[in-house]
Amino acid sequence: MPPKKNMMPMQKPEQVFGTFKRIFSYMYGFKLHLVIVVIGIVISSAAGIAGNYMLKPLIDNIEESLKTGKWDKSGFVGIIAVIAGIYILGCISAYLYQRIMLKVSTEALMRIRNDLFSKMEMLPIRYFDKHTHGELMSLYTNDTDVIREMLSNSVAHFISSAITIVGVFTAMLIYSWQLTIIVVVMFILIIRVIGFIGSRSGKGFIAQQKAIGDVNGYIEEMIDGQKVVKVFNHEDEAVAEFDKLNEHLCEVSTRAHTFANILMPIMNNLSYLHYAATAIAGGIMVVKGIGNLTVGTVVSYLQFTRQFSQPITQISQQMNAVLTALAGAERIFRVIDEEPEADEGYVTLVSADIAPDGTITEAAERTGKWAWRHPHKADSTVTYTEVRGKVEFDDVVFGYEPEKTVLNGISLYAHPGQKIAFVGSTGAGKTTITNLVNRFYDVPDGKIRYDGININKIRKKDLRRSQSIVLQDTHLFTGTVMDNIRYGKLDATDEEVFAAARLANADHFIRHLENGYNTMLTADGGNLSQGQRQLLSIARAAIADPPVLILDEATSSIDTRTEALIEKGMDSLMEGRTVFVIAHRLSTVRNSHAIMVLEQGRIIERGSHRELIDLRGKYFQLYTGMFELS
Amino acid sequence: MFRTIFSHVGEYKKQAILTPVAIIGEVVMEVTIPLVMAKIIDNGIKQNNIGYVAGMGALMVAMALLSLFFGAIAGRLGAVAGMGFAKNIRGALFRKVQDFSFSNVDKFSTASLTTRLTTDVTNLQNAFMMLIRGAFRSPIMLVSATIMAVCVNPKLSIVFLFAIPVLGISIFFIATKAFPRFEKMLSQYDTMNGMVQENLTGIRVVKAFAREDYETKRFSETSDGVRRAQVFAEKLIILNMPIMQLVMYGSICAILWFGGNMAVDGDILTGQLSSFIMYVGQILISLMMLSMLFIMFVISRASMQRVYEILSEEPAIADPEGASVMPEDGSISFRNVSFSYFGDMKNLALENISLDIKSGETIGIIGGTGSSKSTLVQLIPRLYDTSEGTVLVGGHDVREYQLETLRDQVAMVLQKNVLFSGTIKDNLKWGNGDASDEEIIEACRSACAHDFIMGFPDGYDTYLGQGGVNVSGGQKQRLCIARALLKKPRIIILDDSTSAVDTATDSSIRKAFREKLADTTTIIIAQRISSVMDADRIIVMDGGEINGIGTHEELMRSNEIYREVYDSQQKGADE
Repeated sequence: MPPKKNMMPMQKPEQVFGTFKRIFSYMYGFKLHLVIVVIGIVISSAAGIAGNYMLKPLIDNIEESLKTGKWDKSGFVGIIAVIAGIYILGCISAYLYQRIMLKVSTEALMRIRNDLFSKMEMLPIRYFDKHTHGELMSLYTNDTDVIREMLSNSVAHFISSAITIVGVFTAMLIYSWQLTIIVVVMFILIIRVIGFIGSRSGKGFIAQQKAIGDVNGYIEEMIDGQKVVKVFNHEDEAVAEFDKLNEHLCEVSTRAHTFANILMPIMNNLSYLHYAATAIAGGIMVVKGIGNLTVGTVVSYLQFTRQFSQPITQISQQMNAVLTALAGAERIFRVIDEEPEADEGYVTLVSADIAPDGTITEAAERTGKWAWRHPHKADSTVTYTEVRGKVEFDDVVFGYEPEKTVLNGISLYAHPGQKIAFVGSTGAGKTTITNLVNRFYDVPDGKIRYDGININKIRKKDLRRSQSIVLQDTHLFTGTVMDNIRYGKLDATDEEVFAAARLANADHFIRHLENGYNTMLTADGGNLSQGQRQLLSIARAAIADPPVLILDEATSSIDTRTEALIEKGMDSLMEGRTVFVIAHRLSTVRNSHAIMVLEQGRIIERGSHRELIDLRGKYFQLYTGMFELS
Repeated sequence: MFRTIFSHVGEYKKQAILTPVAIIGEVVMEVTIPLVMAKIIDNGIKQNNIGYVAGMGALMVAMALLSLFFGAIAGRLGAVAGMGFAKNIRGALFRKVQDFSFSNVDKFSTASLTTRLTTDVTNLQNAFMMLIRGAFRSPIMLVSATIMAVCVNPKLSIVFLFAIPVLGISIFFIATKAFPRFEKMLSQYDTMNGMVQENLTGIRVVKAFAREDYETKRFSETSDGVRRAQVFAEKLIILNMPIMQLVMYGSICAILWFGGNMAVDGDILTGQLSSFIMYVGQILISLMMLSMLFIMFVISRASMQRVYEILSEEPAIADPEGASVMPEDGSISFRNVSFSYFGDMKNLALENISLDIKSGETIGIIGGTGSSKSTLVQLIPRLYDTSEGTVLVGGHDVREYQLETLRDQVAMVLQKNVLFSGTIKDNLKWGNGDASDEEIIEACRSACAHDFIMGFPDGYDTYLGQGGVNVSGGQKQRLCIARALLKKPRIIILDDSTSAVDTATDSSIRKAFREKLADTTTIIIAQRISSVMDADRIIVMDGGEINGIGTHEELMRSNEIYREVYDSQQKGADE
């Protein structure tokens, strides 16, 4: 049994067949398997019908012997043998198709998941700005679950129910077309009932879905803010609001489930009505000799009436599941169809040998030197440029949304090895500038140049490999401390990891952890303090050894004293690299080569600390604000 | 555990009990109907007795209607009881969590609490509804159908003597074998979801290090793990169906064979034979249902366990018995206070702290990461209890206060602060639900929040998304300060609450505090020396102990750590 789905909403997929086809396209390589599965389903459902069908000759055989006193025993044995044979065949094929389908469906699901994930990794940052984590998470949980349910259950049930209905109906027709009239009437009745109840319970489930969303959303918010609730004595208000939502959910879901629960007994008993009607009509026909009906026929026929309504209920239930699954699949495919992060870059990063005369040749193994490999289409030559970390901005205008610009004409120039700092209030555009340097967001051609190369020509991956970034919100991954530092350079030796940790001044506290470098970190590094996590992310950046370093409020969660302790490490980390520093604390940026003061997307002051202090402008105000409390 | 959980059926007990009763009615009808069918065939059709067929047919219709009636009632009652149970459980959990102290919340983590209140409750609700409807239906069906079969023909029912144990044992075997495999599968799922979550929150890191391929490869390994665990677990479950078919078909063949022989000898009527076959179906299907219930029960046990853990958790801090005292002033005293988050005396976060703060004093606290600054102040509104020693507020031990009284007097702006979805005004009113507009504006002015609030098109009615997503970090902090000010407390604690506010605004907030809240005891934890240097006294924390107390000037003279911090922040200013 799969992890239970929370609810069964009726959701309408937009494109039933297209989506269906697409799900099945994930079963490539399993054509033969699928054929066997379909054959298996057909045989196993046919076996059920055929078994009943054989009841008639059997009972006729018995009735015949009762009438005549002469028993055709070999005929009797033969019939039973046939029934047994059919059943065994049915069982075997039922097992076979389920086993094969299990393999096929889990494999297909894995492919869908992998597709989804690899696509997710390629989406531009912009996409993640617009969509909540919960939204994307539910693709991996709810939406894949329902597809799984559909593949492993619904499809098979659907086919077998359809076959059963058609088969039973045909058999009924063969036995007696007159009695089949009752069947048709019943059929219409059943469809009506299902339609009536189904639409009500469907509406109920949609309402329930929404109510559950409200309740869960409220729970999430209140639990997340639990400590604030406590500090403000807000428990009673929280409970009162919760009770309201909870009561509503209870009402709505009771309604939805009532309809769903009642459907089964109704269907079940409708089939008894059908049975009674058939028995009466059949009895009359046998007595009156209409249509040459035998007792055996009536008995088999009665068996059939029981077999007839069940698959209809089945289909109506599966229909729901299938539609939900298709709607889920569409959500998944929508993400897979998203435009990936555009990357027309063709300039790549290569290891290089640099001769004393400055000629650069590509090296097969890591040399510690890097070069940009720049192929020129026009004359099909390749030139190499040493990676040095020179960054130029030329009148860059940028906005996350087209109508709202965040940067209004930024021009700047960072020489290799320079430390450039950005200061300014929240929303001034500091982080945006760094987001452009590593192409989290793209600007028009030629506006930003890196080592003299138009940044849009550089392959994103290589561009980012040449830079390291330390963010304010440190993010560590589940794994050991060692793994997390190594994230910056996957093939780093243990020695290199230790060295990077020492550089970031993290070695000391790591060695004091329970298992040292092999200490497992939980999802968000919860067992470390904010400052310790920051040190790890600095070590992670250090090990990558890139020419360009971006520190976005990297030290703001570390107290100034600890910061002073790691200052040496930071200094040696920054040495020889182009560094962009964003910091709140002005003490952090003092020793920069150039400080840019940003306001509303413009650089309003620029220069060294000394120069800016002498300027007595905004920077001076900010800086002295620390000491002059007016 | 079961008793605790199921006691929450509460006012829905009536429905929960009546559901099985109605189901009994339905089942009784269902098992007697085949008997009527047999009669219709044997006494009616075969005897050409139309009157009999019509009479029995009418009886059958009546029985079907009755069965429908019971079935519908059971469905309705089951829904009411199931949903009501879920409502009660959810409500009980939510209330319980409201009673939790900080240490309880820390123990479970907010993420886990949320899952328990949402996913686990839904699991439980589904299981419960299945249970009250199925757990009675199947055994009753099993027993009564067997009885009916025996009544119809005892000799032929010997077949069940073989069929039921064979099916029962194999189902039991499969279910018990499958359970650990399912647990493994679920934990694989968790791992996978954890990975996705991690990649979502850390997408910038992944991209910055160009680790997309690496992550994708790692994911596909996890994803394959899930697939293998699925196949491993489910290949057992899919055995259920063919086995049950095999047994059912086997029994049918046996019944046809023996029954056929008997029928020829006139020991059984053909109608009875066909009703017998119907009983085979009913008996074996109810066995099957029982096995499914069993699996379902076992699977929901994990959820039940997780829900139970919350229900049975003792809130670490409770109101004292008897009447509450009122604080006499805004003074605070620590008497030999030691504290450990884990309750053991080895891992002390605070060690033997003694400290007196006068009413109306402004105290700054400075100290490195992990020096327990926050821990110290969290003891004042009794967010945690001390491990040793006492904390006095307004002249009384904090444990003598009703929590509500104490926390009304002590306002605290937490380091990790939260705004809730709603308008700015709604959020501010958390501080004081009856606050007038003037009071609100006044508080916002003091917190330097009024101007930026008025900058929004909707002013104080601006809607904030969950977590206050549409204001910046500094704005959020100022709103949180204003919210705390509205409480008009005797003591206000700012735990690093202006870290994202620029220095100029920071100083004007402090100025407002000095002027308007002169009588209020103010405690400010900060990273920046500038935020605390004008305080009456400054406490320097280091490694869970007080390293020094004094004014800025005193500490500059006597305290090494303080001087170091000052130098690190001030360096270059005098160049």
